Amino acid sequence: MLAKRVIACLDVKDGRVVKGIQFLQLRDAGDPAELAAAYNREGVDEVVFLDITASSENRGLMVETVVRTARQVFIPLAVGGGIRSITDARSILTSGADKVSVNTAAVEKPELITELSEEFGSQAVVLAIDARRDGLDSNAWRVYTYGGRQSTNINAIEWAIEGEAFGAGEILLTSMDRDGTQNGFDCELTRAISRAVKIPVIASGGAGNAEHFAQVLTEGEADAALAASIFHYGSVRVADLKSHLKARGIPVRL
Amino acid sequence: MITVIDYGAGNLRSVENALRYLETPFQVTSQASDVAQASAILLPGVGHFGQMIRSLDVLGLVPVLRQALNRGLPYLGICLGMHALYERSEEAPSWPGLGLLRGTIRRFEPGLKVPHMGWNQLRIAPGSRLFQNIAAGPFVYFAHSYYLPTEEIPSSNEKNFHAAALADYGVPFVAAVEKSNIYGVQFHPEKSGELGLQMLRNFVEVSRKPSSRMPA
Repeated sequence: MLAKRVIACLDVKDGRVVKGIQFLQLRDAGDPAELAAAYNREGVDEVVFLDITASSENRGLMVETVVRTARQVFIPLAVGGGIRSITDARSILTSGADKVSVNTAAVEKPELITELSEEFGSQAVVLAIDARRDGLDSNAWRVYTYGGRQSTNINAIEWAIEGEAFGAGEILLTSMDRDGTQNGFDCELTRAISRAVKIPVIASGGAGNAEHFAQVLTEGEADAALAASIFHYGSVRVADLKSHLKARGIPVRL
Repeated sequence: MITVIDYGAGNLRSVENALRYLETPFQVTSQASDVAQASAILLPGVGHFGQMIRSLDVLGLVPVLRQALNRGLPYLGICLGMHALYERSEEAPSWPGLGLLRGTIRRFEPGLKVPHMGWNQLRIAPGSRLFQNIAAGPFVYFAHSYYLPTEEIPSSNEKNFHAAALADYGVPFVAAVEKSNIYGVQFHPEKSGELGLQMLRNFVEVSRKPSSRMPA
């Protein structure tokens, strides 16, 4: 039976991890490669590097980071942030990453998804969607771009369906309403998207404890769940989280 | 020495990284002459069946691979590299595969989420050489939309054949095959953590001491 995945996300700026990590004995707690290796040892199923480097001249640092990571971490690695072309994607994928995620560039030019998928296979193309609920009692979610700074007129569910048709192999769905709150994932949003498409959906935004993962993987019908800070700060350990999921009857890789 | 075939696609770097990590001597090549002299072959793969076969064809590798495998050379095909062993794939019906094993690669049924992506559990057949020193029920990493149906497994009395492992995704499917020195895995051992590295180690061992059984 296909296991539900637990994914750790690292925000990387200028080749360094933005949020530090204190609880694992690391030589260099700011090195993404070393952190990815530590998460691998803890039993995480996949690692995502989100490049938040602002200046284009430092973008090459991500390639170098991916090269070093892929030499020592033998689980899937996805990289997002700043990927706008086939050339960008190729440099990341030939460095040893397995997937690239696209967000703003795909909204502005959806054909990019098709081009990437035809070039590298749909399994290598993740469509990242940042969505925010349109008003408190609304069941519509709006797509945002540029790291959540720019609103669009696009409905998140419709965009997910389109993204699949354009060739995305997976959707990384972030609830902007929940992101950073640690109040739990947006199960309603995740379920709505998961039911609308026939590709795997990764839920992101709002993880605060192990039960939040259980909820989004059952009620939310997500195929995978992603978190960043709770893993970095050690408030939830991957091994404990997986034991909790298993006890809840959710298939996980142990 | 493992000869890794570079046909211009796939996740070559990940396979190289894994072999380097295991300190296994290997070369990466797209030259037919290198492949003809190889002592063991690894064909990695992600991407599109038709593109792979076309690339192998352009490089003149199709007849070379057929000959090498018929001679009993150890071979490991990963994902598309396993599909390449078969007669054809629904992914590109007009491009015939190497046809060293009988069968057709199918697309997963509508209704399932495709690609089948993530960690799934294997049911390992007894006696498999590839899964030596691997405990029962390992989780390995898959990323594929096409698969070999279990109906394509020849009856158990066919010489030297093993369906080395099965997995389930809506239907049971073949996750690994072994026939003489030919090995194919649908999953990605190079992305399956420590267990995957052990499987690659096992193939390296096999390639040092090829089976004395008759070639395929």
